[in-house]
Amino acid sequence: MRVAPKEVETFRDDFTYSNSPEAIKRFPFPFPEDEYRYSVNMEPHTPKGGEGSAYEHFLDIDEHYLSEMTERKLVLDAMPHRCLAMDHMELACWDMLERLMTSLAEDYSDYFKLTIEGDQWTWENKLLNIHDTFTFGDSSTLPKPPLEYIGCQVQGDFALLDQRDGDLFLDAGMVTCPADWSLAFDAGMSFKEWHGPVPMAHNEGIFERALKYLTAMQVGSPIRRLNWTLTVNARMDTSPETYHEWGHERTSVTPDNVGEKVYLRVEVQVMDRMPRSNALMFIIRTYLISLEDIATNPEWAKRMHRTMKTLPAPLIEYKGLSRYHSMVVDYLSQFDPAN
Amino acid sequence: MSNQIKVEVASICQVAPTIREFTLEAIDDELYPFSPGAHVVVEMPSAKKIYKNAYSLLSDPADTNRYRIAVRLQETSRGGSIYMHEQVKVGDQLLISPPSNLFSPFWLAKKHLMLAGGVGVTPFMSYIPEMLRRNTDFELHYMYRSLQTGAYKNELSEQLGDKYFGYDSDRHTRCDVTELLSQQPLGTHIYICGPESLIQAVEEAAQTLGLPASVIHSEEFAAPKPGMPFIAEIKSSGKQVEVSAEDSLLEALEASDISVPNLCRGGVCGQCVCTVEEGDIDHRDQYLSDDEKAAGNAIMPCVSRAAGERLVLDI
Repeated sequence: MRVAPKEVETFRDDFTYSNSPEAIKRFPFPFPEDEYRYSVNMEPHTPKGGEGSAYEHFLDIDEHYLSEMTERKLVLDAMPHRCLAMDHMELACWDMLERLMTSLAEDYSDYFKLTIEGDQWTWENKLLNIHDTFTFGDSSTLPKPPLEYIGCQVQGDFALLDQRDGDLFLDAGMVTCPADWSLAFDAGMSFKEWHGPVPMAHNEGIFERALKYLTAMQVGSPIRRLNWTLTVNARMDTSPETYHEWGHERTSVTPDNVGEKVYLRVEVQVMDRMPRSNALMFIIRTYLISLEDIATNPEWAKRMHRTMKTLPAPLIEYKGLSRYHSMVVDYLSQFDPAN
Repeated sequence: MSNQIKVEVASICQVAPTIREFTLEAIDDELYPFSPGAHVVVEMPSAKKIYKNAYSLLSDPADTNRYRIAVRLQETSRGGSIYMHEQVKVGDQLLISPPSNLFSPFWLAKKHLMLAGGVGVTPFMSYIPEMLRRNTDFELHYMYRSLQTGAYKNELSEQLGDKYFGYDSDRHTRCDVTELLSQQPLGTHIYICGPESLIQAVEEAAQTLGLPASVIHSEEFAAPKPGMPFIAEIKSSGKQVEVSAEDSLLEALEASDISVPNLCRGGVCGQCVCTVEEGDIDHRDQYLSDDEKAAGNAIMPCVSRAAGERLVLDI
């Protein structure tokens, strides 16, 4: 049985966000081996794990849907520039809208319905009580521009990458729950430019290989990879724009509260070629789980202990874990007595 | 390729003395929409072997009901274009790849200057509807030989009016490329699709005029041309692969169950690049830079061959 959206919880202030036992069970745990190793780790984005799995469908709609859509609205109301689309990305935005609407309507027909009659499209989102008819390709017929309109109805952040001169450029997106990066800052950058701060990987030719792979991606063959970091409190919006609100929280971690206060933050990143514009759509779907909840699965707790213990120093620094990494390792060590 | 699309040839029409147009319709699934400048790789199962050639899609990208391609009968064809011209009939089924794009318009350009040579007009056929929709500034300069090529020249002239310029070298009208390039406003991007000689002439003119290489875009799919037979030795296994005069190196490797990632099979996309340990290379691709070609340690096996009798590949 798939997890159904539950009532709105918060990702700020009183942090009422929680994972149900079912949500814990389906959490996309990111560590495939005991020792941490940097890799591009891409695989075809095809169904995996059966019914209810986070990889069952192209997009994963889960119990946090209403909470995340509420959080997104709070961010965009306060900072409208967290969503942007350069003029030449208009067609790519419609590509994205088409891809998201068609897959939602196909995979979650109880919640979403799309009716296409020529260029007249009717979209129903029963979870958010949305019912609109518009002309495909004509932004003036939508209540909001296409990227913002559909982006506010799907969990995860979105970037649309323009492909030119064998490179990718971050020319459109909606980013309200980033792991400490800013769309406004990265806007217009090339692939290597926006990956500039990533340590270690530059010398290993990882970005050259990844870029070659991504620019050759074909329509209809999406891929995914997992990325992870740690976040203090169940805060979705850890952006540079709001650093003053969350940066200091790293000092609030103590050996006593580390299990409930520190969250493993996993991004299921999906890349998909857009047919009409040749842009690449990049979805960053973020999942949060507390260390306490991880500890309910002894295998995960053991594995995570070993991974955290072998994490190279430059990555501890890059991921912003320096202040509390040792407390995380100590906490997890109780689940891995052999190590 | 498992993601191939099965299509039916809905109609065939002669659009120039040596060029045939094929209209392809989906059989099982719907066709993907595509972007201006996209191509598909068509699989041609002739009696002798399976050819795979890339052809630009020339229909309006907004039309997802059918794809159109145009195939020129090549004088030096190994069999691909002969197969399309002589064997393929209306109602036949073909396998094609999903559309991919190595020649997308640079939409940030202030003006788009398209230079087409012969059948090289095809990618621009899909640029033009989108450029008209976006109301961008563009010109099409179309060079052809009316005794052989010149497909769609009348309809383009009619549709585009003063944005269209035709040059028929069989009637001694020629395009002065240097003069043309010198008249363009700053921010113009130049797109060339046509024979190597045209691409070279434009690149030389651009260099003379001091235009940056970043505003010049070209695409020329080379069907692998035959050459002298040679032996490719695989360094890791010591395996000797015989490459006949008619086969490409990529085809010979595939026939020996050595798989190399590949997409366009026409020397453009760069996916099949292999490291060369020993032996001289006859480079025939558009992908490697002049410096990389001169260095002589990489080959595009889809079109390029050994310049001698033997190559050692580090794959």
